[in-house]
Amino acid sequence: MAAYVVRRLLSMLVVMCLVAVVVFIVARVVPGDPAAVMLGTSATPEDVAALRARLGLDQPLLTQFGLFALQIVTGDLGESIFLNKPVLAAIAERSELTLLLATMAVMVSVAVGVPVGVISAVRRGTAVDQAVIAGAMLAASLPSFWIGLTLIRWFAVNLGWFPVSGYGEPGAGLLERMHHLVLPALALGIPNSAIITRFTRSSMLDVLTEDYVRTARAKGLPAHKVILKHGLRNAMIPILTVVGLTLAVLIGGAIVTETVFGLPGAGNLIVSAVLRRDYPVIQGALLIISGLYVLINLVIDLLYAVVDPRIRY
Amino acid sequence: MTASTPSVSAARPQTSPLRLLLRRLFRRRLVLVSAVVLTLIVLAVLAADWLAPFAPNKMSLANRLKGPNGTYWFGTNEYGQDLLSRVLYGGQVSLLVGGLVAAFACVAGAIGGLLAGYIRPLDGPIMRLTDAMMAFPDILLAIALMAGLGPSLMNVVLALGIVYTPRVLRVARAATLVIREMQYVEAARALGIAPWRVMLSEILPNLSSPIIVQGTFVFAYAILTEAALSFLGVGTPPTTPTWGNMIASSQQYIGQADWLMAFPGLAIVLTVLSLQIVGDGLRDSLDPRLQKSS
Repeated sequence: MAAYVVRRLLSMLVVMCLVAVVVFIVARVVPGDPAAVMLGTSATPEDVAALRARLGLDQPLLTQFGLFALQIVTGDLGESIFLNKPVLAAIAERSELTLLLATMAVMVSVAVGVPVGVISAVRRGTAVDQAVIAGAMLAASLPSFWIGLTLIRWFAVNLGWFPVSGYGEPGAGLLERMHHLVLPALALGIPNSAIITRFTRSSMLDVLTEDYVRTARAKGLPAHKVILKHGLRNAMIPILTVVGLTLAVLIGGAIVTETVFGLPGAGNLIVSAVLRRDYPVIQGALLIISGLYVLINLVIDLLYAVVDPRIRY
Repeated sequence: MTASTPSVSAARPQTSPLRLLLRRLFRRRLVLVSAVVLTLIVLAVLAADWLAPFAPNKMSLANRLKGPNGTYWFGTNEYGQDLLSRVLYGGQVSLLVGGLVAAFACVAGAIGGLLAGYIRPLDGPIMRLTDAMMAFPDILLAIALMAGLGPSLMNVVLALGIVYTPRVLRVARAATLVIREMQYVEAARALGIAPWRVMLSEILPNLSSPIIVQGTFVFAYAILTEAALSFLGVGTPPTTPTWGNMIASSQQYIGQADWLMAFPGLAIVLTVLSLQIVGDGLRDSLDPRLQKSS
C-alpha cells in the first residue's frame, strides 16, 4: 500500500509539473504584450514597461518559467493586479462558497443519479428504463445557465421560495447560505446527475449478471437486499470514480452558475479576472483547480481499497 | 480486405457500406427522428438569409418586447429585433463553432493518438500532457485561453479545439493500441513499409469509426461550451447574435418576457440532444461487437 501511495504521488507530481507548464503557456498565449493588453489603450509606454517589470515579463521565457516554478513551490502565486492582494488570499476568501456549492451540487446529482440509475438497471428494457435513458440524455443537453435562469424564473421570481441571487447578508448563518445555494446547486447538479445516472445504470447492469448475484437470489434473499447489498455495493466503484471526477468538473461549472446567480465565489472571481485580464489570478485559479482535480483523482484511487476489500496495493 | 467474393455479389444486389450503416443507424426510430431534426436545424440555419423574416439586427422600437404573434413568430427583444431571425442567425455561429471544433479535435486527436499509440517512445510524453490538459475543467481552460486570445469567433474555435482534442486523442490512442497488434498491420510491417505509411494507410482508416463517434459528441459539447462562453461575455463578440449571448441578455427581462430565454434555449437543447442521440446511434451501429445482438 505504502509503495503504491508513493508511486501514485510521484506520478501526480509529474502531472502537476505538466499542468504548471500548460498553465504557463496558456497565460502567455496572448498575442502581443500582456502588459499592454491589461492596461488598455490609454496606458503610457512607461506604465506598460513598469507593469512588465513587475510581472517579470521583461525576463527571458526560461527565467520566467523558473520564477513561476519557484512561486509555486513556495506557495506564493503572485499578486492580483486589480485587487491589490495576493492571488492565494483572493482565491481562498472566495472558495468557501464555491466548495459549498460544488458539494451541494454533487449531493443533488448523487441523490438523483444513483437511485434513478439503479431503478433503470433493475427494470432494464422496460418503459421506465427507456424514460430514464431519454431523461438522462435530455438533462445532459441542458445548458446549466439556462436551467439556472429557468429555476430563477419559477422558484424565485414566481413562487418566491428562494432568493433570486446573492449569498445573504454578511455574517449570515450556514442555513441561510445553503438556502441561497439551493437553486444554484440544482442548476449545476441536474446536468451532472445525467452522467451519474448513466454510469450507475451500466455499472449495475454489469454487476447484476454476476454469479454471486444469482446465488444471492437463489438463496431467497429479498430483492432489495440483493440489489443494494450485493449489487450496488459492488457497482459503487466505477460510480465513485465518476462522482469524484465530477466534483472537479462542478468546480469548473460553478464559474457559469455563480455568474447566473450573482454569487461572489471563486468562479465569479475568475470571470472578472478574465474580463479584466488579471493574468496572475487566472494563472493561480487554473493551478489550484487542476491541482484539486489531480488530488481528487488520487483520493478516489486510494478510496477504492476502502470500498472494495478485494483491491490490494 | 475490401475484396468481396464474386458469388456473393452476383447472388444479391451490392449494398454499399454507407447504406448498410444508414440502415443499421435508422433502425432505432429515435435516432431517425433526431437525424431528421438535426438536418432540419442545419438547413434552417444555413438558409437563414432566405428564411429569416427580418434582418437579425433590424430594430423596431415600436415593437419592443412583443410576445410571439403572427408577425414575430418568436416575439421580439428589448430593441424590437425579431427573435426568430436572431435564433436562425445565432445558430450559424453555434453550428459553425461546433463543426469546426469537432473537425479540429478529430484531426489533432487522430494525429496525436496515432503517434502515441504506434510510436512507443512518444506514448509517455503525449499521454502525460493529455492527462495534464484533462485536469482542467473544459470551461475553465476555455475561458483562460479566451482571456489570452481575446474574443473572436476563430479564437473560440481554437480554444475549444484545444480543450476537446484530448478526448479524441485518448480514444484514438486506445484504438491504435488494439489495431497495431492486428495481423495485417504486422504483415505491413514485415513487408518493410515505412511506419508513417503503416499509420496512414493501415491504422488510420480503421480509427475512423471511434473518431467520428467522438467527434459527434465533441460537436455537442462545443455548442454547449460556446453558449456558456457567449453567456459569460468572453466568447463571440456581443455584436454577433449567438444562442448564448441571447440568453444572457434575456436575464434582465426574467419573468416578463419568457420567450427571450425560451427560444434560444430550446434551439440549444434540440441541437445538442439530437447530436447526442445520433452520436449514440453511430456508436452502436459502428461497433462490430454490438452487431450480433442488435
